[in-house]
Amino acid sequence: MKISCPICGDRDIREFTCMGHASMLNRPDPHAGAKVWNEYLHNRENPAGVIDELWWHGQGCGAWLVVTRNTVTHEILGARLARDVKKEMRDAG
Amino acid sequence: MVKLIAKSAAEGLLPVEVAGVRVEEIVAPLASLSPFQGQDAALGKALKKAHGVVLPKAGQITQAGEVSCHWFGLNHVMLMGAAPDASLAKVAAVTDQSDAWCRVRMTGEAARDVLARLTPIDLRDAALPVGATARTDIQHMSGALTRVGEDVWEVMVFRSVARTLVHDLTTSLETVAGIAEMRSA
Amino acid sequence: MRVDGKGRIDRSATRSFSFAGKSYQGFAGDTLASALLANDVRLMGRSFKYHRPRGVLTAGSEEPNALVTIGSGAGQEPNVRATMQELYEGLEARPQNAWPSLDWDVLEINDLISPFLSAGFYYKTFMWPKAFWEKVYEPFIRNAAGLGALSGSDDADKYDKAFAHCDVLVIGAGPAGLMAARMLGLAGLDVILADESWELGGRLLSETEEVGGQAGSDWAAGVAADLGDMPNVRVMTRTTVTGAYDGGIFGALEKVGHHGPVPNGAPRETFWRIQTKRAVLAAGALERPIAFANNDRPGVMTAGAVRTYLNRYGVAPGRKIAVFGNNDDAHRTAMDLQDAGVEVAAVIDSRDDVSVPVDAKVMAGARVVGTKGRLGLREIMIDTGRGVRPLQVDCLAVSGGWNPSVHLTCHMNGRPVWEPSIASFVPTPGAVPGLVACGSAAGDMATADVLASAARVASDIAADLGKSAPTAELPEAEGHVYAIEPLWDAGGKGRAWLDFQNDVTTKDVRQAAKENYASVEHMKRYTTQGMATDQGKNSNVAALAVLADATGRGIPETGTTTFRPPYSPVALAALGAGAKGKGFAPERLTTSHAATVARNAPMIEAGLWYRPSYFPQAGETTWRESCDREVGWVRDAVGVCDVSTLGKIDIQGPDAGAFLDFVYTNTFSTLKVGKVRYGLMLREDGHVMDDGTCARWGDTHFVMTTTTAAAGQVMKHLDYVHQCLRPDLDVSIVSATEQWAQFAVAGPKSRDLLNALLDAPIDNESFPYMGCGPVSVAGVAGRLFRISFSGEHAYEVAVPARYGDSLFRMLVAQAEALGGGAYGMEALNVLRIEKGFITHAEIHGRTTAFDIGMGRMVSSKKDCIGQTMAARPGLVEDREELVGFRPARPTGKLLAGAHIYPLDGDAVRERDQGYITSVAYSPTVGTDIALGFVRNGRNRMGEKLRMMDHLRGEETLVELCDPVFVDPEGGRLRG
Ligand SMILES: [Zn+2]
Repeated sequence: MKISCPICGDRDIREFTCMGHASMLNRPDPHAGAKVWNEYLHNRENPAGVIDELWWHGQGCGAWLVVTRNTVTHEILGARLARDVKKEMRDAG
Repeated sequence: MVKLIAKSAAEGLLPVEVAGVRVEEIVAPLASLSPFQGQDAALGKALKKAHGVVLPKAGQITQAGEVSCHWFGLNHVMLMGAAPDASLAKVAAVTDQSDAWCRVRMTGEAARDVLARLTPIDLRDAALPVGATARTDIQHMSGALTRVGEDVWEVMVFRSVARTLVHDLTTSLETVAGIAEMRSA
Repeated sequence: MRVDGKGRIDRSATRSFSFAGKSYQGFAGDTLASALLANDVRLMGRSFKYHRPRGVLTAGSEEPNALVTIGSGAGQEPNVRATMQELYEGLEARPQNAWPSLDWDVLEINDLISPFLSAGFYYKTFMWPKAFWEKVYEPFIRNAAGLGALSGSDDADKYDKAFAHCDVLVIGAGPAGLMAARMLGLAGLDVILADESWELGGRLLSETEEVGGQAGSDWAAGVAADLGDMPNVRVMTRTTVTGAYDGGIFGALEKVGHHGPVPNGAPRETFWRIQTKRAVLAAGALERPIAFANNDRPGVMTAGAVRTYLNRYGVAPGRKIAVFGNNDDAHRTAMDLQDAGVEVAAVIDSRDDVSVPVDAKVMAGARVVGTKGRLGLREIMIDTGRGVRPLQVDCLAVSGGWNPSVHLTCHMNGRPVWEPSIASFVPTPGAVPGLVACGSAAGDMATADVLASAARVASDIAADLGKSAPTAELPEAEGHVYAIEPLWDAGGKGRAWLDFQNDVTTKDVRQAAKENYASVEHMKRYTTQGMATDQGKNSNVAALAVLADATGRGIPETGTTTFRPPYSPVALAALGAGAKGKGFAPERLTTSHAATVARNAPMIEAGLWYRPSYFPQAGETTWRESCDREVGWVRDAVGVCDVSTLGKIDIQGPDAGAFLDFVYTNTFSTLKVGKVRYGLMLREDGHVMDDGTCARWGDTHFVMTTTTAAAGQVMKHLDYVHQCLRPDLDVSIVSATEQWAQFAVAGPKSRDLLNALLDAPIDNESFPYMGCGPVSVAGVAGRLFRISFSGEHAYEVAVPARYGDSLFRMLVAQAEALGGGAYGMEALNVLRIEKGFITHAEIHGRTTAFDIGMGRMVSSKKDCIGQTMAARPGLVEDREELVGFRPARPTGKLLAGAHIYPLDGDAVRERDQGYITSVAYSPTVGTDIALGFVRNGRNRMGEKLRMMDHLRGEETLVELCDPVFVDPEGGRLRG
């Protein structure tokens, strides 16, 4: 597999590590309550199909990425810098 | 009065030359620069003014005489060949890395074949032309690879793995030389 | 026997070789198989299960029978296909799976008892008694059934791996591959053309047909020369593309050093990972045999193989040869043999209406139904439709048709589709993204069609990649229609083989169906058909046709089994190339490594780092003696230890303080410049991730340290928190671990030692406990931190790594002058256990700040990673808490990993009170001491409990105590 890093270009999968669903970006308010926090930490969508995941280009530029891929075909559909995605989320409120 | 003696990262291990490819160590000041938010342009200006080099774009290096600046990662460049001017610290985080890396230069026509055994990245002219740099795997190490000339490449890995780098480069050099001998036989 | 005037071998270059201990001669350009056939050696191996005598079936990599062992000793290579092994001077080959000899194999007895060894015999026969399986049955089966053996010694040969990148990978260099590669090359694309042979041309090297008005092999040579002139085309011979993977990655095995002596440094094989935008599958087709009684005798081979031996190697595999087939292609064999002056005894075609332009007898509507000849074919039985009659021949060329090499198109779960016109499967378009099949691999059988489809595919790909391919000038080539009528099982009395390598017969497949293993995947596993090194290349289609017949379904409905990588066998040594010995993992060495090794310190691995265990001195016989002495030095004088392996991270920027407040449980934004603070880091789930110190070096500059073990994890975590959660913070995070050589100088005389080296002496005012600042160390700008991991008055001094070796030697010399010296990891561990300092033995992933008694360090005044979840129910009460342990009697042994139970009752899980994480013999206390966790332990000080180590069978009475064994008031720290 390869991932196209927005900074480095096409790179072999061995340069990346995965940290699971990109919902991790959506960190709740500290006072959001146990239910919300439990949901955030422990429950993940695990679709047969398209998913957004966090990947770290640790053996490359060091960027955290939101990688969109298909869990069935293994097709990598795109990758964006996580910090940009997070900033957009903040701007959107 | 006691005096501390300096030792380079690959002292006693290099140079090595196998079948026309030479590997030697480069010792020069290194400093990582990471611009503060919104200070990219200001860092570029300060770099140009103090050291004569342009702030490199991702995957590139810039050069002015002995001084060069290598892109080194997200929001991160490495000034090489000069101690960073104090003006840089106003707009960027500056960290001395002169002793943190083992930096070697490999020269020779077969150098690309040697590297093809150690790094998964595309080493073709179109993907990595002269003046291009990449952070990538060097065998099992995290490193930086820069093409500084047609057949001249620079490899950087952490200082602590200098011996492993020399081992891995030498093994691949011998492999490439052996294959060439096999083909010419 | 050799045939004059035929073949591409170099008759001026003889090559001596040996097989089964006998010497022979062949020529350069031969394979081992062709050279053996030239010497009239037909018997080349014994079958897997029944030990049946076997000769070559094919002339290519799909060969199931002629597996041999090359060489001897450590580097001997088993299961080499004689059909692929290039002949070289001095080649030594040995047959496999035969004892005492190939001609007379004791286990041929298996063939006689074969009724008991049919499909499923493993499952039925060796069921009972159960104990017999391991001791009797399995060793017997392993010995009797089998391929070649490994030497059992370390393989001294070198294996190599490499990466390649291209625009288009062309797989196979037959007419289709050559055509496509040339067009793509001319279009200016970077092309890799890979072929398993040493010569380009594929089938054209084996046929007499013309291409472009010249011999096909000459046309191939011309294209090969063109390709050689293109700098953008890389031709890889002796290279088999073995697998198709996600993202345009292909695996390929190059046999670099199997065709002669290997010079120093050169590998036997290179395993390539090829990254490409597009791929062209031009792997051709493989001929399949027909099942009939005793169709496995040496001398029975595919018709195409006979042509290869004749046309490529100048060898007639027999003196009187019959041809048996169900398609027109088989007739070529008869014609080529006749043209070469080899006697053709008969052409037997199962179809009723055929004409073959040969002088030999042509028998239409006839079938071969049996053979005779113990060690080689002597006679065949032909059912003419009016009775069965014998015919004396020593070679039978069989063709059941051709199967497109669809294998790679199935590697990503694709299934091929049935194409009735050629009675075989063809690739499903798009089964592997970016890969397109053409030529015979796509089901085009006539050479003219092959070239046309290759040209079409090449120009499509070029256009797709933004290049325009030159207009294809298709060379003139044969355009005959490939006519075939399916024939899978010609019948006859006796076993008819489908899978030669795994000894699977038509009867086995029918039996599987009868026992309701009717799905093709079940049949495969029940009979073992298709499971051997040839992966069913010769037998899959026929086996499922027989299964389809037995179950009354059509072939498309029956389906195929899955082809998986690798296409042909790959040595594990090739897959793991470069990762042996020193190549296995990087060795991280500190700057004090040379000086440490010179002092005979045994090194231990700490992650990738190498650190000294202890520094032995003359007269010491155990590690404990050295360790106790080193602990004493630190407690009474001064010790020096390299702590450079701890992670050092520069945190800089206007928001550096705010960032640290967010990643640490405690507050750092309030820390004064020139001060150090202990910090605790949680995971978001509330458990402890790591601990360490963090120094404020300037207003916007902090220097964080991490444990050695978690340095990488913490760096990744900080990047994650910054980029994914708090990109609003203006902070930069840079590892400086390797920049500094850092040494702990610990003990009551530590300041005296430092003042001997520092250019400006320090005192308790300039460097109080938890102070830090720049210093000049023998003229070099360094850093000094007054921190302690031993509980003693201690410092950590850092200089740029280039001076590390020098400073370490100097510090140790000074320490020795003061009655101390260097100490290693063992002493470091004892010192920290004596002080109750935790490491990752305690921070093992399930411990919370509450557990280690640092609950109050989780500030409630600010948000931080892990804060919310650390406060959830279950994490802050009724937990196993950090405690110390002492043996109730001074001689009691404590053991790490042991569990704690109440004094009365059984020591069972339900009554478990906790466990021990770290143990040391404390020379300061004079007994074993330990750290660990006990339920509500902080309220149970002084309580006596049982320590049980069920694994080692040890039991000790222990007493719970405060985890700080030495200087609980901390007076020494501030001294
Ligand atoms: Zn990247």
